[in-house]
Amino acid sequence: MTLWHLLLLASIAVLAIKLLGYAVPPAVFDSPRPRRTLELLTVSLLAGLVAVQALGGDGGIVLDARIPAVLVAAGLFAVRAPFIVAVAAAAVTAALLRAFAGFP
Amino acid sequence: MQTDAVRRAWREGVSVVVATSAYGLSFGALSIASGLDLWQTMVLSLVMFSGGSQFAFIGVVAAGGGIAGVASAAMLGLRNALYGMSMRRVVQPRGAMLPVAAHVTIDESTAVALAQDEPRAQRTGFWVTGVGIWIGWNLATLAGALLGDLLGDPRQWGLDAAAAAAFVGLLWPRLKARQAVAVAAASAVLAAALLPVLPAGMPVIVAAVVGVVVGLTNWLGPRHESALPDPGPRGSGKGRRS
Repeated sequence: MTLWHLLLLASIAVLAIKLLGYAVPPAVFDSPRPRRTLELLTVSLLAGLVAVQALGGDGGIVLDARIPAVLVAAGLFAVRAPFIVAVAAAAVTAALLRAFAGFP
Repeated sequence: MQTDAVRRAWREGVSVVVATSAYGLSFGALSIASGLDLWQTMVLSLVMFSGGSQFAFIGVVAAGGGIAGVASAAMLGLRNALYGMSMRRVVQPRGAMLPVAAHVTIDESTAVALAQDEPRAQRTGFWVTGVGIWIGWNLATLAGALLGDLLGDPRQWGLDAAAAAAFVGLLWPRLKARQAVAVAAASAVLAAALLPVLPAGMPVIVAAVVGVVVGLTNWLGPRHESALPDPGPRGSGKGRRS
């Protein structure tokens, strides 16, 4: 599959799921267990993505400037900094550490 | 004639639109850095239009994950179906407006709608936030993608770290309960441990089993809980229910 195939498949899937929400009777998911499971699935996926984006590379784990950068961002999110500010701060941290501190 | 409640819904909606649209910039730049071209980046923001799914797709596909990127994006999009179930009662869209309402049903539009007290204000909050973010998010994606094209090597600018930070930002508002923190920690450790073992994209999907199992068994969870959806909005944190 080309990148375009994957991209269109994923986009249509996400859009179809939104439409599905308006089509199914609310009673289907109107109890704590499915709601809780969907919420924790989201938490699980996002946490897995944090780990993979911060540590992944070369078919395994690579420790580099991303780690201190992510810690800076987490600190900023903890004090309720806006999303764009924390994300930009992570990029600047990693860029500076690589340029001036010899980080990989 | 606008009531105070409707005016408040407008104000809250607009402030969430501004905060959320701004980070469309980071999506646009990161998408280009991940190897997508301008049109591919724009199709994601125009059609997929769900921040978490979009970041997941570009992250996993850039790592060579292929179909696992599609699965990650789709699973992160599942919560939008939950929002749709409650927004159908709130918004009551008819005919051609139904697919439009479904398309703009995301974390933020749901959160702003649910934060309002009366039905008209809820509908106003939903539409202002949903349509506003769709427009702002796409304009910001375009600007970010054009900027990303000029940058060259993404690592030199720390954009790989920005991608990881973006997921931290999407996760943060959801870590209110002990159960969620435990699930996040276990999923992150499991995904990292699986990195050298599984092909690209698969560690995230396998680690997601943690969330499903804890969700079904309610391990570490509170005995009593409400059935209300808690969309945990990103951005300014406006309209959040406790």
